[in-house]
Amino acid sequence: MIDTLRSRVVALALIGVACFASLLPVALAVLNAFKTTAEINLNPLGLPARMQWQNFASAWRNASLGPSLLHSAEVAGLTIVLVCLTAAPCAYVLARQQGKGWRFLNFYFMATITVPVQLYLFPLYFLFAKLGWVNSIPAVALIYTAMFSPFAIFLLRTYVLAIPQALEEAALVDGATAWQSFRYVILPMMRPGLLTVAIIVGLNAWNEFVIAVTFLQTDNNVTAIVKFYNLTGQYSTDWGEMLAAAVIIVLPVVVVFVALQRRFIEGMTAGAVKS
Amino acid sequence: MWLFALPAILINVFIILIPALLTFAAAFVVWDGVGIPAWAGLANFQRMFDDPVFWSALTNNFTWTLIFLTVPVIMALIMAAALLVAPAGRLVVQCIIFLPRILAVAVIGRIFQGMIFSPVTGIIAWLNERGFAISDPLADPDRSLFAVAGVDIWHWWGFLAVVFLAAMRQISVDQIEAARLDGAGFFTLMRYVLLPGIRPTLSLMLILTVIWSFQVFEFIYIVTRGGPAYGSEVLATLAYRHAFFEGDIGQAAAVSCVMSLFGLCATAVYIRLQIREGARSS
Repeated sequence: MIDTLRSRVVALALIGVACFASLLPVALAVLNAFKTTAEINLNPLGLPARMQWQNFASAWRNASLGPSLLHSAEVAGLTIVLVCLTAAPCAYVLARQQGKGWRFLNFYFMATITVPVQLYLFPLYFLFAKLGWVNSIPAVALIYTAMFSPFAIFLLRTYVLAIPQALEEAALVDGATAWQSFRYVILPMMRPGLLTVAIIVGLNAWNEFVIAVTFLQTDNNVTAIVKFYNLTGQYSTDWGEMLAAAVIIVLPVVVVFVALQRRFIEGMTAGAVKS
Repeated sequence: MWLFALPAILINVFIILIPALLTFAAAFVVWDGVGIPAWAGLANFQRMFDDPVFWSALTNNFTWTLIFLTVPVIMALIMAAALLVAPAGRLVVQCIIFLPRILAVAVIGRIFQGMIFSPVTGIIAWLNERGFAISDPLADPDRSLFAVAGVDIWHWWGFLAVVFLAAMRQISVDQIEAARLDGAGFFTLMRYVLLPGIRPTLSLMLILTVIWSFQVFEFIYIVTRGGPAYGSEVLATLAYRHAFFEGDIGQAAAVSCVMSLFGLCATAVYIRLQIREGARSS
């Protein structure tokens, strides 16, 4: 292989450029979060004369990020619980049952993965407005559950398919009901799958924009993303403070990603979902 | 056994299926969301087809589809092949190029507005000071769509590269080595070994790209709101504007129906591919 060395050098150069391009906007955001507005206007690539930690303090205070981060956590937590509770038993029967009705259900969930939000958003909004469910965190979590559970069902289904059927048959022979064999045989073995589902669903709920910006409109319930969106605009002036807020919102996600990157990548590539 | 699936089905039907059917119905009425809907027949569709913004939005969706079927796919294929050739530090590199995918779109949008495109605080300002006369593409109706597409590509392509790399690693090493020993260059290797090896993954991602390209909303709504002068308007932002800024639900529903029609064709192909995949893996 004559060209091994050359192709390796080319490959490494490409990889270097790719990493640089992926990190540049993130690095610029972090760097400028520590600068004064004057410094940012002077040179976005320059280093800060002094670290402006007060950008973070004022972002926290002015944007009341504390409560909105809490709302984000509530929405994400509630969605995770609802998705796991409803998707796990559904994945189990979809993996084990044969027949026309089940095949149809499979198609139905597959189709809802690819349906655009705009196909159901407008009637849903006015329906929820009638029911008094607009500005309600549980209502948003319910919508997220419907949006994210088809992906969870298909991911968990592959976990069930990997469990030998003999295990449940043994339980059934011993007199267990279908529910008991699911609860005590299948569910414990699905645990790694449930963890992956929880991470991906939590990430999607934390980052979600369309539903959150439409259904949450007052300060007592907006998520951090909506708060950030409402506070900032294309022609914002105080970029230091704004970028500090961005860093605060993104930091928990990045920390979890770095700690559990294998699961992130596995979960997101398996479902191949795009939010 | 149905009881196991019932909660998931009920939530899905209540949130997605029933409102989706109502959207079809709403396309045939005049309704402001509050009062009593009045039958309108095909008037909503008539008005939509007479609206030049609808046609430019539809064109923008097609442009978007073409961009995303090519640019990020080619970038991702080259990167996956590069990582196959030079595997040192592969885990770290995968993490770095995957990172943009996990960041919230609202945050990414603002970072690009302020730090890249802004003629005051961005890289563009920095370049202007150094003699490169580049204007803010977000302020230009002819370039705003491409600028937003650039942001979405930054967010998306690394994920695609990771997916392609995972698929390429399933190809037997012997096959690749044999091709290289025969003196196959990069393009020959790509054309005859790598691409055929990842064909199921590649076609799935291309179909999903088509589906998503007709639904694209977040990046455009956050970065340009479809502007300036409707330059980057797509069907999803148009429908949203009709519904929530103009209070014209019938019109919004008509646009949503057209949008879903394109998605539906691609979804049919997607489901067939998924079934074929399922048959192969089990």
